[in-house]
Amino acid sequence: MAEAALHHPAVEPAESPLTPESWGKLGMWIFLAGDAVGFGVLLASYGAARAGSADWPNPAQRLGIQLTALMTFLLICSSVTMVKALEAIKRSDRPGTQRFLLLTILGGVMFLGLQAYEWTHLIEGGLKIFGNPWGSTLFGTSFFIITGFHGLHVTGGVIYLSVVLAAVSRIPDMRYNYMIAEIAGLYWHFVDLVWIMVFTFVYLL
Amino acid sequence: MAETHDKGPSYMAIFWYLAILTVVELAVIFLPIAKLLIGIMLVALALSKAALVALYFMHLRFEARTLGYIALTPVLIGALLVFVLLPDHQYMYHRTADSKKIEAPKH
Repeated sequence: MAEAALHHPAVEPAESPLTPESWGKLGMWIFLAGDAVGFGVLLASYGAARAGSADWPNPAQRLGIQLTALMTFLLICSSVTMVKALEAIKRSDRPGTQRFLLLTILGGVMFLGLQAYEWTHLIEGGLKIFGNPWGSTLFGTSFFIITGFHGLHVTGGVIYLSVVLAAVSRIPDMRYNYMIAEIAGLYWHFVDLVWIMVFTFVYLL
Repeated sequence: MAETHDKGPSYMAIFWYLAILTVVELAVIFLPIAKLLIGIMLVALALSKAALVALYFMHLRFEARTLGYIALTPVLIGALLVFVLLPDHQYMYHRTADSKKIEAPKH
């Protein structure tokens, strides 16, 4: 790498031939690909468990979809505020960046609040990880594991974005800020993308 | 960066596509058609939403091809997983169908 940088003075040592922007972005994409396989395994085994069960309850009826549709909408909105934050950094508009990052974090926190409300409601209604009144035990197990795994990702994203917000508020170099916010944005959009799949497979189908 | 992004639709356009596709998904489950057909439509809608997020919000459309390959890897593995698990579905279907057949005369 150092040798390549010597021969091509225009290429900074931090740049990679795979992605002209940064190694960090490449790293995040590789991480997300691995994480996606994790969710893929969960959803595929969910499908296998469900197809093999003779008494799988109707999810749309038992879980309720109005609240989750609202949660989906909330995550899509927070994805939009994330790209707006990136646009603001590109304009070197620091207050705008802070405002949009804060809105994105708020979207994540509201999502988590609604999920906590939903879980409480469902657990009070009898849905447990080891059983439920309507049919296959795995219905509750898979529901809590898949939505829980996603919820943990949202929690991680809220913490991650808070750290980015603190960095962007403190660091004067807007080019650097753009880089870290773009990588954080990739993670956040991925969490949104996974929810789109979870919403379809666990709630609607 | 700024020049390449202008080629695609704006972020707000993507937002409206996603919102509309979500409403369509909610409407599809109440359609009076075969359950399998609803399932296929829902999966197609979800995949197109996921593609919109990856291509535009995650800028995949404007990135080096390598990132696209990285992003496609889990899609391939996911498709493979479904096929790997298909024989299991079949087996379990037959087993439950058979056990029902055996139980039926007792009643």
